[in-house]
Amino acid sequence: MTSLFLLQLLNGVQFGILLFLIAAGLTLVFGIMDFVNLAHGVIYMVGAYLAVSFTQMTGSYGLGLLLTLPATLLIGLVLELLVFRRLYDRPHLDQVLATFGLVMIVTEGVQIIWGAAPLSVAMPEALSGSIPLIGQMRYPVFRLVVIGAGLATALGLYLIIGHTRIGMRLRAGATSRAMVSALGVDIHKLFTVIFAFGAMLAGFAGAMVAPILTVDPGMGEQVLILAFVVIVIGGIGSVRGAFAGALLVGIVDTMGRSFGPILLRLVMEPAAAGQAGRVLAPMLVYILMAAILAARPTGLFGQKT
Amino acid sequence: MSRLMTRRNAALLLFSGFALLPFVATMLGDSYLVVIATRILGFAIAALALDLILGYGGMVSFGHAAYVGIGAYSVAILSRAGITDLGAHLLAGIAGAVLFALVTGAISLRTRGIYFIMITLAFAQMAFFFFVSLSAYGGDDGVTLRARSTLLGRPLLEDDRTLYYVTLAILVALYLLAVAITRSRFGRVLTGARENPVRMQAIGFSPFRYQLTAFVISGAMASVAGVMLANQTGFVSPAFMNWHVSGELVVMVVLGGIGNLLGAVAGATIALLLEEWLGLLTEHWRLLFGLILVVIVLASRDGVSGLFRRRDRP
Repeated sequence: MTSLFLLQLLNGVQFGILLFLIAAGLTLVFGIMDFVNLAHGVIYMVGAYLAVSFTQMTGSYGLGLLLTLPATLLIGLVLELLVFRRLYDRPHLDQVLATFGLVMIVTEGVQIIWGAAPLSVAMPEALSGSIPLIGQMRYPVFRLVVIGAGLATALGLYLIIGHTRIGMRLRAGATSRAMVSALGVDIHKLFTVIFAFGAMLAGFAGAMVAPILTVDPGMGEQVLILAFVVIVIGGIGSVRGAFAGALLVGIVDTMGRSFGPILLRLVMEPAAAGQAGRVLAPMLVYILMAAILAARPTGLFGQKT
Repeated sequence: MSRLMTRRNAALLLFSGFALLPFVATMLGDSYLVVIATRILGFAIAALALDLILGYGGMVSFGHAAYVGIGAYSVAILSRAGITDLGAHLLAGIAGAVLFALVTGAISLRTRGIYFIMITLAFAQMAFFFFVSLSAYGGDDGVTLRARSTLLGRPLLEDDRTLYYVTLAILVALYLLAVAITRSRFGRVLTGARENPVRMQAIGFSPFRYQLTAFVISGAMASVAGVMLANQTGFVSPAFMNWHVSGELVVMVVLGGIGNLLGAVAGATIALLLEEWLGLLTEHWRLLFGLILVVIVLASRDGVSGLFRRRDRP
């Protein structure tokens, strides 16, 4: 029981880390540019597809992953220059519509290029094993690597945002866009950088999960909406909030699915508990979001408006 | 006054066009036309519901598919329980939608702007997953309805034409209701709360209560769309609640022009005909649809909403 608990906890953390990578870029775009980007999820999906293709081309998952990063960065740049740049000063409704259009384009485009059938990529040999944790329990190395890489990224983000010049501008931009612009910072260049960087993080997340999940055209949508939940919980614009929110959502979702039915069995008949658990578990993160919003309408780390 | 007259004439023209359509279909010998048109009317009801809060209340709900789904599932669930009356299905759908809208609306309306969009989307997704995991009703695969709803205890709706006219009658009734709402004192307060909530509060109105009421009315109307669409397709699945449907509803409202009710009906017609037409050209019609959408948004200089709304945004 304890080992199952630990196992699911690790799975939850791994899922949370993944959500963080997606939510980090998204929350910066939301917070600093006041921009709704529904197309962030499809960049994650494209990252996974590119990782599959690059891995097949180079024969190495590591190289495939490395190639995916600049590729998604480039996609982010192109999208920003062609579409998003023109939308920053528009009402949210316009942003929703244009990015929704992009979601349709990219989702369909991916199916034209790679087909609708799910793809997969082989895990690198060196990371495909599992290591013992406690007692009988073993945990796949690759998932630990995902957790490690995500934590390293989080640390890197923390250092960049808290201790570099560009991070300083970023924080200033989040507080007052007009003031930063008046002080002589090219705010549009800053936006482009943030945007492309966020796209790369999403692509990185997609490439990392390619070996453990199936790569299909629907994969972007699920995480996009969960990333929204993460951002709403953490507070728009706060990377720290995104980190806390992502771990919370990842753990609650994973644990709810495996332990929900078990806990319900304590108060219900087994058959009913199983059914109720299956229905309630996927709703848990949304209920969590509602509860947090009821207490703090701007999220855990959100600024008071 | 003259503007009101034109809108009334436009409404008369549009709805009489819809009323004559089955005869045109018979003349052309194309019975599929009535099927598509019923679908259009169903979505027009949902778009009308959304326009009521989006256009007049300034609430960009990105989760209205949930209410369509609630209406659709009320048909599936009651039919299986042996209750086949259309009135009962409508009532159950409305009751479910009111409940869902009250709870999620009360939470969502505590927030503004981007938050509101994301939260309505998230709650719709919650409803989506609820029905995906509801294995008693087919889960992800959904359920096929054994028969359409009955009217006055008789299977009148089995005839495609009758279903079409009943849907049209409901649309017209709801359109008139929506017009009456927007012209009432309630509607004025709602518009006032959109333009300047602080000032509304200063003159003694609580925007929250008006907005929540509008949100609930809109959800209830959208569930009616779900009941009719379920009857049209004869099949109910979580796909009714997919977030793409919510997105398409927003597209319809915007295509037809925000905040003028009739535009929502026109927008639903344009969007669905465009889908049908693009679908004939290529199986990848979504790519073209998305492209058109992006181009429209980028090409409108003051924003899509500015295209149709006369007032400038602050």
